[in-house]
Amino acid sequence: MWAFIHKLGSPKWFYAISARLQPWFWGLAILLLLVGSVWGLVFAPSDYQQGNSFRIIYVHVPAAILAQSCFVAMAVSGVIFLVWKIKIADMAATVIAPFGAAMTFVALFSGAVWGMPTWGTWWVWDARLTSMLIQLFLYLGVIALRGAFASRDSGARAASVLALVGVVNIPIIKYSVNWWNTLHQPATFTLTERPAMPVEMWLPLLIMVLGFYCFFIALTLTRTRNEILRRESAKRWVRELVADTDRRG
Amino acid sequence: MQVIEPKAELGVAVRATIKRDMTLVLRRRSEVINPLVFFALVITLFPLGISPDPQMLAAIAPGLLWVAALLATQLSLDTLFRSDYDDGSLEQLLLSPQPLPALVLSKTLVHWLLTGLPLALMAPLLGLMLALPGQSYAVLAFSLALGSASLSLIGAIGAALTVGLSRGGVLLSLLVLPLYIPVLIFGAGAVQVVILGGNAAPYLAILGAQLCLALMLAPWAIAAALRISING
Repeated sequence: MWAFIHKLGSPKWFYAISARLQPWFWGLAILLLLVGSVWGLVFAPSDYQQGNSFRIIYVHVPAAILAQSCFVAMAVSGVIFLVWKIKIADMAATVIAPFGAAMTFVALFSGAVWGMPTWGTWWVWDARLTSMLIQLFLYLGVIALRGAFASRDSGARAASVLALVGVVNIPIIKYSVNWWNTLHQPATFTLTERPAMPVEMWLPLLIMVLGFYCFFIALTLTRTRNEILRRESAKRWVRELVADTDRRG
Repeated sequence: MQVIEPKAELGVAVRATIKRDMTLVLRRRSEVINPLVFFALVITLFPLGISPDPQMLAAIAPGLLWVAALLATQLSLDTLFRSDYDDGSLEQLLLSPQPLPALVLSKTLVHWLLTGLPLALMAPLLGLMLALPGQSYAVLAFSLALGSASLSLIGAIGAALTVGLSRGGVLLSLLVLPLYIPVLIFGAGAVQVVILGGNAAPYLAILGAQLCLALMLAPWAIAAALRISING
């Protein structure tokens, strides 16, 4: 077990292992996303209150879940990098951050689009919207800090520390914003009390969530592989790999 | 070989750090005064930009005072480690045999004493100019004193992360301001609730809890961040 993890930490081995894994995750992601979106957007019954606009849920909820998972994944990679100095972990953190920021933005944007028909406004200072917005700022801070350092290693460690500080703060921010919201905003708008969803509504949602996760894993694998090639371009095995590919045309 | 008592040494080192920082900052008075002037200036802008109507100002005063004090603290952060970084004494601090978290905690304490505390003491005066209702002045000062200690600690993490960068100013605010939000919510909330006739104690208790958490965790993060910034 430990030997396997140790092997996985070496860029060369990760490159080889991920090559075998990534087609499965890409295939699974495409399959799940296709099935989930066609089922959710076409076949699922429309909501008796919101009509067809509720179908935004099939993008909005998976994006919001991913936005939070990515932050945790980024912070965990950061800890692994800080404690055990495993380079792969930092490469993963590097590629997860923009993806997480994008998912946060998608969640906010689809929420705004959904807000217009249901609440009659693009934006309310609702607790969940506000803490999502703050999370977007935290992502942008981590990305900006990493980019600000001239040396990649310092930038990586600084970003890891900030991700860690951020992940400690996210629950505090969430609870504070909830408290603030209940005080300052006595129910101008409430998230529509959703009736317990029927199976034909939540099953496609579940498939979409799983599809988003597979997409996340597949994309992270592929982008980490690119990052390996970029960072290790001076290593012999990478050069041999490139020469090999060239020879085969 | 002389054996040095490590325990006694730590107390000496902490006291020496505090004394040195105090002396240095007090010799550059503008570093203490500038955040206060900034605070007063920002507060002056709001009646000009919004309305001089006392009723409207009184309604927004708690939030205004807190946001302006928060920005003033944030702007003063850059000086926290900057001069020590430039003249190399930060490296001496890192090389010293004393635990770094204790030393950075004493530096942060000085920052709070000379930035956060003066801001808290000045806030009632500016509150007066914003027609802040009478019963809330003590809570305003106390909440700012308590909250700005957390702000100094959290901000020091950002300052330590960016001290090695030549132009870290805007980046520092990008890193630090989102983390300030919980303190702002409960600080401004404490003042607001007193104006509405409620009890501020729960808010102040939560501000205190946030300070405890920051005291417990921030020194380690600051120390780690300084090591990254120095070792390059």
